[in-house]
Amino acid sequence: MRKGPLGRILGEHPVGTAFVTPYVVFLAAVFAYPLGFAVYMSFHDYFFAAPGAIVERPFVGFDNYVTVLSDPAVRRAFGNVLVFLVINVPLTVVLSLVLANALNAAIRWRTFFRVSYYVPYVTASVAVVGVWLFLFNSNGLVNSVLGPLAPDPSWLVNSSLAMPTVAVYVTWKQLGFFILLYLAALQNVSKDLYEAAAMDGAGRWKSFLNVTVPGVRPATTLVVLVATVTGANLFTEPYLLTGGGGPDGASASPVLIMYQRGIEQGNPDIGSAIGVLLVIGVLLLALIERRFVGREEE
Amino acid sequence: MKLKFVALLVGAFVFLFPFYYMLIGSLQAEPDPSVSGAFPAPGNLTLHNYSEINGAIDLGRSLINSGIFTGGVILGTLVFGVLAGYALARLQFRGRGLVFNLMLLIQVVPFQLLTIPLYVLIVRSYGLADSYLGMILPFLINSTAVFVFRQYFLQLPVELFDAARIDGASELGILWRVAVPLVRPALLTGVLLTFIGPWNEFLWPFLITKQQDLQPLAVSLSNYLTTVSARAANPFGAVLAGACVLAAPAVALFIVFQRRFIATNLSSGVKG
Repeated sequence: MRKGPLGRILGEHPVGTAFVTPYVVFLAAVFAYPLGFAVYMSFHDYFFAAPGAIVERPFVGFDNYVTVLSDPAVRRAFGNVLVFLVINVPLTVVLSLVLANALNAAIRWRTFFRVSYYVPYVTASVAVVGVWLFLFNSNGLVNSVLGPLAPDPSWLVNSSLAMPTVAVYVTWKQLGFFILLYLAALQNVSKDLYEAAAMDGAGRWKSFLNVTVPGVRPATTLVVLVATVTGANLFTEPYLLTGGGGPDGASASPVLIMYQRGIEQGNPDIGSAIGVLLVIGVLLLALIERRFVGREEE
Repeated sequence: MKLKFVALLVGAFVFLFPFYYMLIGSLQAEPDPSVSGAFPAPGNLTLHNYSEINGAIDLGRSLINSGIFTGGVILGTLVFGVLAGYALARLQFRGRGLVFNLMLLIQVVPFQLLTIPLYVLIVRSYGLADSYLGMILPFLINSTAVFVFRQYFLQLPVELFDAARIDGASELGILWRVAVPLVRPALLTGVLLTFIGPWNEFLWPFLITKQQDLQPLAVSLSNYLTTVSARAANPFGAVLAGACVLAAPAVALFIVFQRRFIATNLSSGVKG
């Protein structure tokens, strides 16, 4: 195609700019500007005021961060989410890889299995939370099956079991999505490698460890990162399953605290500071995870 | 092979049982948490819970709100997302690389960090609390969908576009008459993937709708769960009935179109 001087400045198809304009405006208005605004609020004494009212919102440096970091409820929430991730992420990786591997084989009822594993993922958490409350109630079905083995106090009101129960719930809920990611990745593992492994006398377990696991490593990196980011955003489940992060804050997540401080209690500056700290934490965690999981990609 | 099959079967039971139990629980007149409650006697079955929850939170109204919210997001994503996806795949213009990198960068920003500033902006500055527009705005264009659309447009042969251009078709004409018809199945996948998000979204509409007659079903159901249910006669029954109504559309769509969710479709979006 020809390239005039104008073409060199605007590109061959200047109309493309018009096509992406709505999207760029959207990104600027819904992501970029609020992102900057969050950082701004976290460094100022920001409070809700009537629209149009002229109020002073002085720069306060790191005051909001000091407030946040010295708040035991916030520190506890960050600790809780770590507990959540330590349970949720490895469980997600192992279960979804094993199930995807089993589903990838020629097996009867494959469609049925795929549908069953994916159904929790497509269903609203608010809907399935209702059943879990019913199942894990102190006199719910799970405890009546367990009989004398049932924990006391029960699952969701037990301060050492509440967060693990939430983590298991979320793993169950999201697993279908990660199974799908692994199923896609398994298509790219060369059949020759399995044949070569079989030739070398490797059993099913050996070839899973030596061919499948390294073969899907890029997908594992993705699964770990996505599960971490989703986990750090935890809100609905503690809010509904444990009545707002109970018992006594044992299952409160940073986003839940951010909502309580920022909106319920009307301190958007504090809420923003929690949000910024959360993002920094997730980024650090993601870097560490890439070091460990993604190293062979480099 | 036998072992694999049995393991998958056990797994499927763990995944499906809560849904079965949700349905049973929603139909039980008296909540029965004992093991035999999972196999209810026909005499204990009733539709009363559905009328109970309908009396508490006007199911029809909430479903319409969920529908408008979801429909708005899908419409925005389809119209603006297809335009952007096509431009990023097929058009050379200044700033294309920048937009593309911006799109990838955005995927990393967690929406939750934006919750507070967006709340301040949309509710306080723009006065869009308790409105459909305020509900839809943060989700209006789905970046993942833009990315998937781009991947599909990239797969079309370049000769097709050159030929159409030589015939003098405008870019909008090419997009509408050549590109879109060829990727129609992909667009359906995009719609289905986009559907799940707003239909199940809870935090955002929960924050900005205080008026009950504007709340999507997920929000009104959670309000019922956290406040009213403690005082109801059979709270679990009513909650589970509401849960069934909320779950049914998404699950039904998924089962009907499950072939659209096959791994290859997703992988083209993942591999980049």
